[in-house]
Amino acid sequence: MAEKFTKSMARNIYYGGSFFFLLLLLGLSVDTVRQLPKREHREALTEHVIAGKGLWETNNCIGCHSLMGEGAYYAPELANVFDRRGAGNEAAFKSYLRGWVNAQPLAIPERRKMPQFNLTDAEIDDLADFLIWTSRIDDNNWPPNVEG
Amino acid sequence: MKYESQRIAKPYFVFAMMLFAGQILFGLLMGLQYINGDVGFPYIPFNAARMVHTNLLIVWMLFGFMGASYFLVPEEAETELYSPLLAKITFWVFVVAGVATILGYLLVPYAELARITKNELFPTMGREFLEQPTITKIGIVLVCLSFVFNIGMTILRGRKTVINMVLITGLIGLAVFYLFSFYNPDSLTLDKYFWWFVVHLWVEGVWELILGALLAFVLIKVTGVDREHIEKWLYVIIAMALISGLIGMGHHYFWVGPPKYWLWMGSFFSALEPVPFFMMVVFAFKMVKERRREHNNKIATTWAKGTAVMAFLGAGVWGFLHTLAPVNYYTHGSQLTAAHGHLAFFGAYAMVVMCMISYSMPVMNGRPQGNSVQAQKVERIGFWLMCIGMLGITFALTAAGIWQVALQRIPEAGKALSFMATQEVLKPFYIARLGFGLIFTAGVAAYFASFVVANKNGKQYPDANATLAE
Repeated sequence: MAEKFTKSMARNIYYGGSFFFLLLLLGLSVDTVRQLPKREHREALTEHVIAGKGLWETNNCIGCHSLMGEGAYYAPELANVFDRRGAGNEAAFKSYLRGWVNAQPLAIPERRKMPQFNLTDAEIDDLADFLIWTSRIDDNNWPPNVEG
Repeated sequence: MKYESQRIAKPYFVFAMMLFAGQILFGLLMGLQYINGDVGFPYIPFNAARMVHTNLLIVWMLFGFMGASYFLVPEEAETELYSPLLAKITFWVFVVAGVATILGYLLVPYAELARITKNELFPTMGREFLEQPTITKIGIVLVCLSFVFNIGMTILRGRKTVINMVLITGLIGLAVFYLFSFYNPDSLTLDKYFWWFVVHLWVEGVWELILGALLAFVLIKVTGVDREHIEKWLYVIIAMALISGLIGMGHHYFWVGPPKYWLWMGSFFSALEPVPFFMMVVFAFKMVKERRREHNNKIATTWAKGTAVMAFLGAGVWGFLHTLAPVNYYTHGSQLTAAHGHLAFFGAYAMVVMCMISYSMPVMNGRPQGNSVQAQKVERIGFWLMCIGMLGITFALTAAGIWQVALQRIPEAGKALSFMATQEVLKPFYIARLGFGLIFTAGVAAYFASFVVANKNGKQYPDANATLAE
């Protein structure tokens, strides 16, 4: 680098630049946190949805599946599984999910295996409520199609 | 080695390498599971294998950074470490906590682990990379605090070089941002928003400070280039890393709930994220070219150049490939993400730790001019096999990702293939990936073998030369 560009100039860019952008990040975070309740429909965040999120976490679902595109890529995206398998009908989706989760692991040779988690029907319904709620978050229209 | 207490780095490096070996084994297992879902099931289901793979990575990175800091900071500060005893205690606490957690992942179902560790009292488990039981998270915080305290006191007591200051800033940032792992709100979008404060602000933020400091240290040692010059470069690199990376975090906020302005802000700033990595490449090659001494630890210089190049490819080029929102709309959460993750992590962080090990282990073993020619040759084979293996994995996953997008994401509903059907089609790519994974494993084996060779013909290359030693 040219000698006119001194170490103290470089240091000032580092301190000034990172301080400015840290502040900007803080400001944007405050704004985002304010907008999220509307975008996620927080009024619909029921006890069941919260219980469902807990089950999602304690069974490490993210270890195989993705949720809004984040997680593992071994098993299907589930933020839109309600759209894919429930077709807008909550009751139909819940009965589908009970059947599916209870049938695991499927005895198809070489197919990727989902473990049996021994969930009760009430627990599967909570999980369904969590996934239904998640499917309605305004995520800028992702994924491109129903296959996730 | 100037200070006796630098030697505490050794157990940290050795244990880091053991965890690295474990990480690779579980990587191979998952490579098989991608091809045949029956492998290991139900004893080690995919989610457990993945958790072990990624958590071993995180923990060996931390061990590597700690070892590197214990070696580097006393030498830079020109004083003994504040408390070698504390560093030893911290080591064993971290080993026990780490091993117990990994065993927990493997021996009981995850839900059972959550029950045993009373997750319901303070739920933090079950989020990607932050799967550790809450009690382990508390342990990690205590370990980091003790470590940062020890390093910080050493710096306060001694010479405050730019490298030391940048390193400690990165380490404090690492400890502080990890605290967000304790925030697990009921709202998924809030959860995801602040989850990235750990993950992104680590790997695309403060860890780059650590990377820059370690790289600068090794370059000073092997090239003898004027410190002023190297420090200036370091400042510019980390300035660009934070200027691009802080708001660049927006590229994770496109599709998980946050407002629309992140689409263009995240795209713009994250598109700048390759800049600091490109500068690192120029920096490393320029310093080596302008070197004022011939250091006989050639392989350490190779690692320094290699980490810059591979980090630029993995974090820079492969990151940029899918960072713009209109592209990311189709590629988000596809195999392309996996391709980028592998090359970036290996190039930037795994390699810089091995670079530090490559420079410092011979020094700690009484060979300040590096290992014997033979040992360096074996290490070089390891270096190239690992680089080629990881590039192959990256190309295979990139091809898989592009094909996945073409089959599953781009066609309209009805015409698009389902996720599972697409995965069937992608199998040849996964077989190629496994093949390159085996090459990578051979590289790791060669790398480990180089330590054995080095100890066998303990004489350094060509022989001790005091004038070159420092």
